[in-house]
Amino acid sequence: MITLQHYLILAAALFCIGLFGAVTKKNAIAVFMGIELMLNSVNINLVAFNRFLAPAKLTGHVFAIFIMVVAAAEVAVGLALIISIYRHRKSTAVDDLNLLKW
Amino acid sequence: MDFSAVTIEILVALLGLVLLVTGLLLPPDHKKANGYIAVVGLLGILAFSLSGDAGRSGTFLYGLYTLDSLSKYFKEIFMIAAILVILMSLSYTKRFREGKGEYFSILLFALLGMMVMVSSNDFITLYIGLELMTISFVILTAFDRSSLKSSEAGVKYVLLSAMSSAVLLYGLSIFYGLSGTTEYAGFITCLQSGGLGPALILAIVMVLAGFGFKISAVPFHMWSPDIYEGAPTPITAFLATGSKAAGFAVLIRLLLQVLPSQHVNFSGIIIMLAVLTIIVGNLIAIPQKNIKRMLAFSSIAHAGYILLGLVAFTGMGVGAMLYYIFIYIFANAGAFASVTALSNITGSDEIEDFGGMWKRSPLVTAVLMISLLSMAGIPPAAGFVGKFYLFASIIKEGYVWLALVAIGMSVVSLYYYVMVIRVMLTGQVKSDEPVTVPASLKTVMVVSSAATIFLGVYAGPLTSWTSSVASMFVK
Repeated sequence: MITLQHYLILAAALFCIGLFGAVTKKNAIAVFMGIELMLNSVNINLVAFNRFLAPAKLTGHVFAIFIMVVAAAEVAVGLALIISIYRHRKSTAVDDLNLLKW
Repeated sequence: MDFSAVTIEILVALLGLVLLVTGLLLPPDHKKANGYIAVVGLLGILAFSLSGDAGRSGTFLYGLYTLDSLSKYFKEIFMIAAILVILMSLSYTKRFREGKGEYFSILLFALLGMMVMVSSNDFITLYIGLELMTISFVILTAFDRSSLKSSEAGVKYVLLSAMSSAVLLYGLSIFYGLSGTTEYAGFITCLQSGGLGPALILAIVMVLAGFGFKISAVPFHMWSPDIYEGAPTPITAFLATGSKAAGFAVLIRLLLQVLPSQHVNFSGIIIMLAVLTIIVGNLIAIPQKNIKRMLAFSSIAHAGYILLGLVAFTGMGVGAMLYYIFIYIFANAGAFASVTALSNITGSDEIEDFGGMWKRSPLVTAVLMISLLSMAGIPPAAGFVGKFYLFASIIKEGYVWLALVAIGMSVVSLYYYVMVIRVMLTGQVKSDEPVTVPASLKTVMVVSSAATIFLGVYAGPLTSWTSSVASMFVK
């Protein structure tokens, strides 16, 4: 029997993996993938809460759909920026983003 | 459905869409006209909002959206900031190779996002407003495609803000799980039943981290110096004023209206954030060589001062915050307009390039001086009155040590502000070329320094306005 706890643990683990990836990865696109994992763990949370705690209303599902849409928009802008950096630098490594510092 | 609660938002959205069309229709050499349309339109909407026809209060869409005196106050502040920023941009957009028409439209959508944020009465609406603002700001930050710094700032901003909103969302999902609803009203009812335990505290911490990023409170401040330096200067001004004010508006609403029953759990976190922000912001501003970076750290320090109003957690504290945010917008607009005027000529933002500025342009010197002295809190500029109210509100609640820290760091801040003034008055003159200031920029400079002086000398009307707004939070 899969209970709410299982989903929450999965989401928490996914969130931590995503955070780890976003902080440690050197490639900007990989950082984005880590952030996507974090956002999707939130979606799992929301849908699981909706299913187990308040199945009568679909608020959690609606929230999850909004998050997906906004994340897609964010990634579209982010990837466009990464491409524009890549044209100048021939690199997508975040370590090369070093014009602005201290 | 009562649409009168969202009239202002509808008008701003319409204006943004109109600008998108006119931006395409205008001939390439006259894209600047789009900026004038935006200024005139926004002035009209601001007058409409101030005249009170837009409704005093009300809710929209089954209570998901609310118009009250707090959101109305902030919307008017955002519009003033946007008008000043658009005026600043008029002379700046000639640097952009393309998209001169779209620039103003995206700026208005950022404004719309802020308005949705302050009016939201529901976590989903809040998130949508936040992201509308953030994504628009990312585009604006990276708008100068000829500058590698600008693109780099854009990438950094999008990565870090996406990460911060993921943390914020995790907190919001826990809120939803605890209460089964995303509406503030239902959530407040659920909190009153009590006994929510550590999960609630975790969620509060995550939400505070998410908005701490927006207001650039230490330790969530690392993005702001880089983004402030890389972004086009008018956008830096908008980030420092509008985006920060929006973050504070949401924090005021969440902490004082939704979560006041949990005050004992988060008051320590707020105090820690405020102390760290004031100290770190002021100390790291000292060695900065780039004026935009220096102003970024000074704006971090100011976020710390404004946080003091949340430490006080009273109507008086909120009133002081509202007042401070208002005058802070004018001080920042004046400072960034001066920086824009100089960088239009030299293309550089280094402090040493301000050397001998009073010979080249007395106006730029005077405006920058007034703005910096206001930020430092020297009377008769308005910053003094603002700081006085903030510090008085925490002393009244018994945080004398905190007020002493803030006053001490305020003295430290005087050092790096006066350094800039010293360079302007006595520094080495780099070039004799006079700095000509375009009329639009001149307007911003004159209006903002006049407002700074006026509100410092005659603060009465504004304080009675802010305290009437804040009276909804009197315990």
